Amino acid sequence: MVVLDIETEDGQREALRRMLTIRAFDTKAADLFSDGELPGFVHLYVGEEAVGVGACSALESDDYITSTHRGHGHCIAKGLDPDLMMAELFGKANGYCNGKGGSMHIADVDAGMLGANGIVGAGPPLATGAALTSHLKGEDTVALAFFGDGAVAQGQVHEAINLAATWDLPAVFLVENNQYGEATPVEKQHNVQNLSETAEAYNIPGFTVDGMDITAVYEAVKEARKRAADGEGPTFIEAETYRYHGHFEGDQQPYRTEEDVAIWKDRDAIETFKRRLVDAGTITEDEFDEMKAEIDQQIEDAVGKAKDAAYPDPSEAYEDMFNAAVPEISDFSSGMRADGGEDR
Amino acid sequence: MSTETSSGTGPDRTEEMTIREAIRLALREELDRDDDVFVMGEDVGAFGGVYEVTGDLVEQFGEERVRDTPISEAGFMGAAVGAAATGTRPVVEIMFSDFIGVCSEQIINQMAKNRYMFGGKTEMPVTVRTTEGGGSGAASQHSGTIHTWFAHFPGVMAVAPATPASAKGLLKSAIRSDDPVIVFENKQIYEQKGEVPLDDDFTIPIGTASVEREGEDVTVVATQRMVGESLELAEELAGQTSVEVVDLRSLYPMDTETLVESVKKTGRLVIADESPLSYGTHAEVATRVMENAFYSLDAPIQRVGVADVHIPFSPALEEEVLPHGSDVEAAINRIV
Ligand SMILES: Cc1ncc(C[n+]2csc(CCOP(=O)(O)OP(=O)(O)O)c2C)c(N)n1
Ligand SMILES: [Mg+2]
Repeated sequence: MVVLDIETEDGQREALRRMLTIRAFDTKAADLFSDGELPGFVHLYVGEEAVGVGACSALESDDYITSTHRGHGHCIAKGLDPDLMMAELFGKANGYCNGKGGSMHIADVDAGMLGANGIVGAGPPLATGAALTSHLKGEDTVALAFFGDGAVAQGQVHEAINLAATWDLPAVFLVENNQYGEATPVEKQHNVQNLSETAEAYNIPGFTVDGMDITAVYEAVKEARKRAADGEGPTFIEAETYRYHGHFEGDQQPYRTEEDVAIWKDRDAIETFKRRLVDAGTITEDEFDEMKAEIDQQIEDAVGKAKDAAYPDPSEAYEDMFNAAVPEISDFSSGMRADGGEDR
Repeated sequence: MSTETSSGTGPDRTEEMTIREAIRLALREELDRDDDVFVMGEDVGAFGGVYEVTGDLVEQFGEERVRDTPISEAGFMGAAVGAAATGTRPVVEIMFSDFIGVCSEQIINQMAKNRYMFGGKTEMPVTVRTTEGGGSGAASQHSGTIHTWFAHFPGVMAVAPATPASAKGLLKSAIRSDDPVIVFENKQIYEQKGEVPLDDDFTIPIGTASVEREGEDVTVVATQRMVGESLELAEELAGQTSVEVVDLRSLYPMDTETLVESVKKTGRLVIADESPLSYGTHAEVATRVMENAFYSLDAPIQRVGVADVHIPFSPALEEEVLPHGSDVEAAINRIV
């Protein structure tokens, strides 16, 4: 696997590839959802790619991230396999969570991805905990929490940052300010101008960066990671960004106009980064088109494979609750299931 | 349960100690045994815990591993989940179970669900210790018995010790378990004494009940403080009524087999637990007995608990609502 380090040309091309992969994956997910092919809800990351990829390119591969309900981008940025993500979206047995989690719970703890999360604001305490592990074990890993502007109003987010700050833990708190929590604009949720001003309350550095510029995100997180790893505690970063799709697929978006969206699309993060790489001679237009076509095909293939994959056996519903066997569950599974169980 | 009384030497050596001391001993042994174990909570360090359970542990293991937290139950409960998922074994103290509401999100949606939601791809070795129970004039926000909430909630194990030996054995099992376990400690019995095995590998498997006293006429399945009170009652009634006392001790998973065996023998069942009665722990015990020993029952099952009221402040009122051995006796008299 190519290392995601955007200080090298290979790394820059890889970052571009991941941004394109996120966009292709989530654009495809939108289509599949509107065609009624995906169960549940999907919250898409289209428009916010520079934040996830910029942040993960500043992390080491064994660093941890926590994520949100809008987690596909974080997964791909962290290097998870789109095939297994797509399988999970379809609820298939070979998905990341064997079909038990779905879009909102994709996790790969071994890869440092501690889980997308259906609870707004629940990720930051987990990141504080991963940073605590690192601290207690004397490891040099860092934990980064992605969370939304809406989550900044959650009490447990405050508690998590205060803990990490008070204990000088190696954590980074990265707010993806995409301007809305569901339908409510950020200025109706917070009394500060910039969310990063809240950092002052914890006596930690706080920055607001352009989340449509991967380099700006990368540099802020790189600096924050260094502070964290040097034992200087957490940093609070606000990345200003925008989601192009509705809050969830099917959202009629009465709270904004097409013109509002167009203003941000004009500053599209992928387009900007591509321009920069083309101008620098890191990639040609043709190579870019080729890369994009290849990724589109990869996502098509992921969908094909996910559709062909098997659903989990119904008996799997009774697995994975605990490491230890629990008679309450095994007895039900063997005796009282809807299909009569083994005994009947 | 069998307790070797003499101190002696070797693995069977026991010592008389209080429940508080037994818990501290379990913590000390597990902190000593495994560097990944750490304790965190409010004033668990130099102060020694509000009920003096952690005591001097910080002197032996230092402030990193016996970690005082800010008053941030949601923050440190969540941190425990994140720490457990990444390779440590946190033991969290929530000072009073009444406060657990403020961090329930991390318990019910993260700690309890992550393993399942992730298809088994994470372990969750978190132990939560918390206190329950009325009797100290602490009023409604510091006296509740809430263990049914979490015994009911899928994905967490729940235990509730009644004796010093089970306090040690259950807590050690909880800490060694790769699953989340909440240990509900009744604060009225911290001073209760009993023999405790000194073997530092002494554990009590989660999911096992214990027949504390054998009897023929009626089974009392009790928890926490009610175990001791039921044993005293059984002693008083000896000669008239032969009472079998079972310490449930593991609320989830529950040792259905031991309960059922006992009721098959006695034909009568009283369930004594300090939870509010409606939808309580009693109901679960009763149902399991009905499902498995219905035709052995000679009389209706009796419940002893708290009526569906909060624990009031005034001693006169608190005394009124809390269950005691006398309530168990009344229940026995209704069916024997
Ligand atoms: C505790 C909680 N409250 C409410 C919700 C419902 N909900 C899901 S996403 C969301 C908005 C979150 O906004 P933000 O944090 O800005 O993230 P974004 O969706 O913009 O990425 C809400 C209210 C939830 N999932 N969890
Ligand atoms: Mg938002």
